[in-house]
Amino acid sequence: MRILALSLALLAAPAWSQSPRSGLEFQGEDIRRLQGDDFANPAMLWAERGAAAWQRKQGAANTSCADCHGAVEQSMRGVAARLPAWDARLGRVSTLEGRITACITREQRAAEPAPESHDLVGLLAYVALPSRGMPLRVDVAGPAQASFERGRELYAKRIGQMNLACTHCHDRQAGKTLLAEKISQGQPTAWPAYRMEWQAAGTLERRLRACFLGVRAEMPNYRDDDLVALQLYLAWRAQGLPLEAPGVRR
Amino acid sequence: MTEAVNVGRLRVPPRAKRGEVVEIRLLLQHPMENGFRRDTLGRSVPRNIIHRLVAHYDGREILRAELGTGMAANPYFAFFTRAGASGEVIIEWEDDLGVKGSLRAPIEVS
Repeated sequence: MRILALSLALLAAPAWSQSPRSGLEFQGEDIRRLQGDDFANPAMLWAERGAAAWQRKQGAANTSCADCHGAVEQSMRGVAARLPAWDARLGRVSTLEGRITACITREQRAAEPAPESHDLVGLLAYVALPSRGMPLRVDVAGPAQASFERGRELYAKRIGQMNLACTHCHDRQAGKTLLAEKISQGQPTAWPAYRMEWQAAGTLERRLRACFLGVRAEMPNYRDDDLVALQLYLAWRAQGLPLEAPGVRR
Repeated sequence: MTEAVNVGRLRVPPRAKRGEVVEIRLLLQHPMENGFRRDTLGRSVPRNIIHRLVAHYDGREILRAELGTGMAANPYFAFFTRAGASGEVIIEWEDDLGVKGSLRAPIEVS
């Protein structure tokens, strides 16, 4: 019994030395202030676009998101905090973005939105808003397990000309300075977020692709299964941290 | 990201006491292209700056800004005015492509 309890405790706690800390703690005072102010937070501009997109009828079905789902405050409460998750209808693990694009093509029968288009990022931000402050809690057991294990493997796998894995910076060196920046733990709680470098809001996939470029590795395509697996692992690794989306990052 | 965008947020206190100093805050979504950048194919990206921004309150001009290439994308403004009479705050702007935008919000002065 004691062994069972111990192994359960080991399973529940992500296996690295530091306790999980939001990426916000590694940002400067200016970024923290910007994210803390819902008016000045530029990511809220995208959330506002998303609010308009939520109401807009489109596609062959001529329906809006609101026609089926009603108000986000009720229907989408907590949703962003428990994704990515296994989607039985799609037959694979799906992110919030995957769910939304599937809904747009399947139910609205409209064209699939391009990755990182303003309206799609806006919808992500708008749908994530009612889950803000809720702790991340994703289900990695059952059918999602294969994707989760793939994500865990990718996180620890050395890639690119720099021959680095995610873990080398974000576990072992977190908190230290790289060029002008503090290395974060790579917690995904702020996404979609406004990134200063882009002067725009973007998804976690865009941010992860930037990391692939940073270690001089080949970037996976948007919506690639590997990127989804990595996002599932990151969400599990951050579990318990409150969702901050839409956040602000350097 | 050259999608045409014209989104903004304006916040003024809906109610104020006469003579009170109120803060007006404005956040615009705009690329503020400085005209010096090139795209991935090496073509120069034309300059597109919100070069003029005017704020009126109760029919009176209270702020006029001429902006240049030193402003970051998605500019944020905060300024103060004294609440005189009930009226509307109207912000109008124009960029180099001739795209005009405006936002308005009422202040009720008691």
